[in-house]
Amino acid sequence: MRQVPDGQRASGKASSVPPVVVDGVSKIYRVRGRGSGRFTAVDNVSFTIPPGSAIGLVGASGSGKSTLAKMITGSERPTSGSIRFGELAVESLHANGLRKYHSRAQMIFQDPYAALNPLHTVAYTVTRPLQNFLNMSAARARDRVHELLETVGLTPPGQYAAKLPHQLSGGQRQRVVVARALACDPELLVADEPVSMLDVSLRAGVLRLLADLRANRGLSLLYITHDLLGARVITDEILVLHKGKVVEQGPTKYVLQNPKHEYTIQLLDAVATPFATDGNGSTR
Amino acid sequence: MTLLDVHGVNVVYEPSRGTRIWSVREVDLALEEGEFVGLVGESGCGKSTLGFALTRMLRAPARLENGVIQFDGVDVASLSGEVLRRQRRNGFAIVLQSGMNALNPVRNVEDHFADILKAHARSGEHHPRAAVRRRGAELLGKVRLDPAVLAKFPFELSGGMRQRVSIALVLALEPRMIVFDEPTTALDVIVQKAVMKTIQELQQESGFTAILISHDLGVVLESTNRVMVMYAGRIVEDQPSKDLVRGLHHPYTEALLRCYADPRAEEIHLAGIPGSPPDLSLPVSGCAFAPRCPLVQDICWKVVPPLAPLGRGLAACHVRAPSDKVPGAKAVAAKVASGRVGQT
Repeated sequence: MRQVPDGQRASGKASSVPPVVVDGVSKIYRVRGRGSGRFTAVDNVSFTIPPGSAIGLVGASGSGKSTLAKMITGSERPTSGSIRFGELAVESLHANGLRKYHSRAQMIFQDPYAALNPLHTVAYTVTRPLQNFLNMSAARARDRVHELLETVGLTPPGQYAAKLPHQLSGGQRQRVVVARALACDPELLVADEPVSMLDVSLRAGVLRLLADLRANRGLSLLYITHDLLGARVITDEILVLHKGKVVEQGPTKYVLQNPKHEYTIQLLDAVATPFATDGNGSTR
Repeated sequence: MTLLDVHGVNVVYEPSRGTRIWSVREVDLALEEGEFVGLVGESGCGKSTLGFALTRMLRAPARLENGVIQFDGVDVASLSGEVLRRQRRNGFAIVLQSGMNALNPVRNVEDHFADILKAHARSGEHHPRAAVRRRGAELLGKVRLDPAVLAKFPFELSGGMRQRVSIALVLALEPRMIVFDEPTTALDVIVQKAVMKTIQELQQESGFTAILISHDLGVVLESTNRVMVMYAGRIVEDQPSKDLVRGLHHPYTEALLRCYADPRAEEIHLAGIPGSPPDLSLPVSGCAFAPRCPLVQDICWKVVPPLAPLGRGLAACHVRAPSDKVPGAKAVAAKVASGRVGQT
C-alpha cells in the first residue's frame, strides 16, 4: 500500500515515539459474594515495547491480556506496579492528563460491529477525534478524513465517507475503526483481537494494514490475540500469558518454533490449519 | 442411503419492494446418512441461509423461491404447522452460532431440558422432573459436561460450556441431521478445538448426519469427511476433505487455502483474497468469481460454469473443471494447461 502524507508528524521520525515500560504490574479484582473475594487477573508482569516495535500478547480467554491492555491505555488502574510511556506515569493519570494520553495511545477493539455507532456515518466517526483532540476546523477535518480512509485502504474515500456501519462488511468496518484510531496520529496502537471477528479471508488484509502502518509511521504496536498466525505475521516479539503470568517470552519466530511452556504448545496445537496433516509445515 | 436430496434451491431476501437479494442460487446437493460435511465460504456467501433453508428456519424477508428439499423422502419445503414441528423430533435440527447466548438467563439448565422435552412431547407423553433430570444428565454427559451443570444458570457457565449445553438441548430430540452454524466461532482457540472434538466424537457415536457451516476452512478440514465451498450463493466445489490440500482446485478454494499458514514455518506469506464478493442484489452473468480470479478467461464472463468432475469431486470452473455441456470450455482449459495463456 502506498504511503499517504501524514498530517501532524513527518514520516521518518520513528525515534520520536517513546518506549512503553511495564514494570511489575498486577491487577487484583475484588469479587463480591461467595468465595475468596480476590481474583488476580494480572500477576507481576514486566515488559518493554521499544520505540516503533510490535509486541504480541498471546493467551486464551481469561489469561489477563485484555486487562493488561486496558491498564496500558489507562482505562484501568493497576493494583501495583508502574507503566511508563516515556516520562509519563500512565497509572497515575487523571482527567486532563488521561485525555491527552489518549490522543497519543489509541486502542482498536475486537468487535467492529460493536465499536461503531450504528447511527453515525463513517465520516462522522472518523471526524470525532479530529475535533475532540486536535480542534480541527470542519473543512480541514474533511480533507483529513479522506486521507485517513485512503490510508486504511477504503478507496475511493468519497464512496465510503457517507456510509453507515451496516452498509459495510466486517473487514471494512474494522478499517474504519483503524482510521478512527489513527485520526489523532497516535504513537502507540493497542489492538485487542482486531481480526478474530473477521473472516479468515479478510484477516490477511487487516494484518497487512497494521504492519504497513507500523512501518510507515514508526508507531509502536501492542497486538493482543489468541491467533498465533497473526502474531507471527506482524510482531517482532511475543509474550505468552497464562493465568495472569508471563510464561514465555522472546522473538516471535523463535518462540513459536521452539515452544518451551506446555501452554504455548497447547496454543500451537489448537491452530486450525488445513496443512497440519502435511507435517512439513509448508505454507504454499 | 441418501438422507437429504436437494435440487435447484433458490433463496431470495426481499427486504423492501423492488430489492431482491439472491442469496442462494440453484443449489443441488445430496447427503448420505452419517456423512459429516463442511460448508465453507466468506460472510454473505449464503452458507447460513442455505443451512436455514434445509432446516426450514427461514423467516421473512427470506423466502425459499423454488427448489426441492427432500429429507428422508419427505418434501420438507411443503411442510407446515404440526407436521413440520413433528419433523423437528427425530428429524432435522440446527445449532446456532448465537445459541450459547440464546439460553434463558433466569432459568437453569434443567428447566431448558424440561422445556424442550415438553414442547416436542408426543401425545400422551409426560416428562416428570425425575425423568427430565435423568435424561438431562445423560445428554450433558454426551457433550462432556458434569450432571451438576443441570442446576446452573447460564451466567455461571463459560462460553464453551454454554455452547455444549445448546448442543445437548438439540440432541434431546435425537435428530437424524444436525446443521452446526458456526458453532465455535465466538470461542477461544483452545475451547474451540475441544468443542469441535466433542462434536466429531458425538457424530461418530450417534451416527447423525452433520453439516458444519464455517468461514474457517482450517476447522472444517480438521473435522469433516467432505467439504463444499460456497461463493456468491452457489456451491463452487465439492470434494473429499482429504483431497482439498493437494492438487488443483477451483481458484476460489485455492485462494481460501492461501489465507492459512503454519505459524511455525520458516517463511510466511499470507495472501488473503483481494477484492470483495459481488453484490447479490444485482444479476451476475457468468462466473461470480471472475473479477477476483487469476485464471479468468473470456468464457468465464459469459457462461455460468456448472459443477463438473474434478479429481474425486466436483468443481464449477471453466478452466479447472471444463464441462462437456459448455461448448468451448474444454478448449480453454487445454489452452491454459499448455501455458499459452498467462497464468499467475
